[in-house]
Amino acid sequence: MLTPLLVMYEDEVRRIQSVADRLQQDSRSRAVLVVDKNGQLIAASGSAAELDTTSLSSLVAGNVAATGGIAKLMEEDEFTGQFHEGKDASVHISLIGRRVILVALFDKNTTLGLVKLRVKKANVELEAILEDVAKKAETPQQNVFAEITDADIDNLFND
Amino acid sequence: MSFINYSSREINCKLVYYGPGLCGKTTNLQYIYNKTKPDAKGKMISLATETERTLFFDFLPLSLGEIRGFKTRFHLYTVPGQVFYDASRKLILKGVDGVCFVADSQMERMEANIESLENLRDNLTEQGYDLDKLPYVVQYNKRDLPSVVPVEELSEVLNSTRVPEFEGVATTGVGVFDTLKALAKQVLTELRKGG
Repeated sequence: MLTPLLVMYEDEVRRIQSVADRLQQDSRSRAVLVVDKNGQLIAASGSAAELDTTSLSSLVAGNVAATGGIAKLMEEDEFTGQFHEGKDASVHISLIGRRVILVALFDKNTTLGLVKLRVKKANVELEAILEDVAKKAETPQQNVFAEITDADIDNLFND
Repeated sequence: MSFINYSSREINCKLVYYGPGLCGKTTNLQYIYNKTKPDAKGKMISLATETERTLFFDFLPLSLGEIRGFKTRFHLYTVPGQVFYDASRKLILKGVDGVCFVADSQMERMEANIESLENLRDNLTEQGYDLDKLPYVVQYNKRDLPSVVPVEELSEVLNSTRVPEFEGVATTGVGVFDTLKALAKQVLTELRKGG
């Protein structure tokens, strides 16, 4: 295998989604995003539909990567949490299991303290799910793309 | 690292445009952005300095359509080309599925091309990748300028492994989509192999 794949099956995505939904409600955040460390959105909850989640995911991942770079230069293992405070909106970002980023976007309807408390709880639940994802990845699954033909690939570029 | 989501039936892949400063990486993405239908693209994000030099990265999400019931999405990134932004370049290569090396065809940029290509190899190695095993294409950009090096010569110096190579004029779009398609195809073919 040249490039490792991140594969998420419906079961795990549903479990991650339910953690995101609960965190969004319990922390009274506007939206909660679960993003892969490489910037791919895995789950979104709350008013995420109003947001450009693709761009947000990529920027958050860039931000976490840059912060990781700073940590490395300071010989710190990793900065697991970040908080950006705005006039109306704030963002809490945390890295879970070195693999996934949990983003809580919130406003004056809640407090940083409550968000942090609920994020901590969600952290534990997500870590357990991520372990299951990793376990599943160890057992070979059927590759649905093994059947792709050259014609399938060419068809994508036919306009 | 390709991300396959069985729940939303999506494949997401990350392509990185690499090359020396001012070779036209951002211009490639801008042309793709301008010529892609609105429903097939997301917002293009450029984290640039006030003088429009890339500071961290440019980002452009593209949807190519469906393959076997899965939506294929490509996330295009550029790196900052200037030598002193090396720490940022390393970060952007994390999780890469395919690389396009954009070379500046001008005679006076030959040294910068070589230096950037060596830097690409080194940074990939540091992340645990091998350029010779990754989906990879080369674009010789700025073919419209007067002092360009012949393609054969560029190829000899910059493409010793004979990967697909394209002549480009990114400002007018020459070769831009050919380059992208060749790279995307390689990435999807890799996916077929399982990985």
